[in-house]
Amino acid sequence: MWQQIVFWLCAAGAVASGVAVFRVDSMARATFALLASFVFAAVTVLLVDLAYLGVLVLLMMIMEMVIMVLFMVMYMMNPAGLMPMTMVHNQKGALGISAGTFAVLTAVVYLVDWPSSGAARPADPAHALGEAIMGSKMLVMIVVGLALFATIVTTVVLATHRGRYDRYGDRLDRRSPDDPVRGGVGR
Amino acid sequence: MVEQAPWWSALLLPVVLAAFAVAAAMFGSVLTARTAGTAPGVAAAAPLRSAAGLLVRQRRSTLAADALLWRAAGVVLLLAGVLASLVTPLGRWSVGDLPVGVVWFNAMEVVAWAAVWLAGWGGNSAFGLSGGYRFVAQGVCYELPHMFALTTAAIGAGSLRVADIVAAQQQLWFVVWMPVAFAVFLLTVAAMAFWPPFDHPLGLDVAGGAASELSGVDRLVFLAGRWALLVSGSGMAVALFLGGGSGPLLPGWLWSVLKTAAVLAALVWAGRRLPTVRMERFAEVAWLVLIPATLVQALIVSIVVVAR
Repeated sequence: MWQQIVFWLCAAGAVASGVAVFRVDSMARATFALLASFVFAAVTVLLVDLAYLGVLVLLMMIMEMVIMVLFMVMYMMNPAGLMPMTMVHNQKGALGISAGTFAVLTAVVYLVDWPSSGAARPADPAHALGEAIMGSKMLVMIVVGLALFATIVTTVVLATHRGRYDRYGDRLDRRSPDDPVRGGVGR
Repeated sequence: MVEQAPWWSALLLPVVLAAFAVAAAMFGSVLTARTAGTAPGVAAAAPLRSAAGLLVRQRRSTLAADALLWRAAGVVLLLAGVLASLVTPLGRWSVGDLPVGVVWFNAMEVVAWAAVWLAGWGGNSAFGLSGGYRFVAQGVCYELPHMFALTTAAIGAGSLRVADIVAAQQQLWFVVWMPVAFAVFLLTVAAMAFWPPFDHPLGLDVAGGAASELSGVDRLVFLAGRWALLVSGSGMAVALFLGGGSGPLLPGWLWSVLKTAAVLAALVWAGRRLPTVRMERFAEVAWLVLIPATLVQALIVSIVVVAR
């Protein structure tokens, strides 16, 4: 019973704060409204006993939204919310697309003849699902992980303003790097 | 060993945290008085006096402040500090012994990122905002070493449940064979609670940083939240590395209290002895020293766990 109540409260809260993202005209408020929406969604995940996943959603979303708010304030037209600015673009098209997507997904839920399994529910469904998805493909996942990490490092190296030639000279023969601000390691 | 306490223990949790926080604040105040050569008896009551003062003082407001986010900052920080201790056992009892307690603790303390940034942002002041940005920069530095320290303890016990981690230390405390993880954990707990020497986000060079425009009850709630984070971190250090409530003669809860008080006192004392660490310096130390050190520590612990 209480799970039903909490679920509907969170569902309504998630939608309401999701709407708020597009109604407020401050980047900080929009970002933290989005965070509230994710937190409500995380509680619904906790309700179906996926403790790790739910808490992880909380953890990741808080970190992501705090990083995001910095970029929102940096790059959006109206950082402080001092001038009115609409958060929606292509309003009619977006409304049509989202209403259509919602209708299609809802129709799929009700119209598709979902298969049912006679097998008993495993003791730890999350673990079983992880095994089924990842078990035989662990090597692929590890390689993909390495590739992703290499991409991140490469992007940072390409984007960085000051590379090693700026810091250590054209022949890399400077003993201590020429940095505008000295770091904490004492170089 | 560690068991779930009845539901009303959740009501006691803030009281216990507050008692630790007040005692630690008094300890810090007495240390200050000793340095200054003033009467320690008067100094011991100073934190209570200043708290009462903040409580009755009318709060300032600033031009075009984002009042909603600003007020939310302190409340959220305090709430997160208290909720972080939900999974920390006191002797045999734990308010909520979640199967993913370590992740829960981490999720709650990362709320500080949002709270401190909001406290800096909400006041619509340049000093406040630079304090908020400093804390996010600090967060990016301390969070990964902190997570690896937490992970190391979890690997050692083979479980994310805090009760299991405490139980795994029956023979040998984790601090003995994970000293690097323990040291980094303490360091990052101080950074997480923007406690000196990691108090640059509240630095005097930016007129108090993120808390510069906070006044009255807002300031009290914000500082209480910071204390709650520090106490929660100390309590978790005891559970993860110092064997929780295990010890001879005395009952478990008393050992938990004594160990937490010792860790807290060490943090308070060290904070007063060390100069403030600037962000750009801490960033390099964190990424070039702390992260590799915690990774090597996690690797060693993993090899030991697999080998035995």
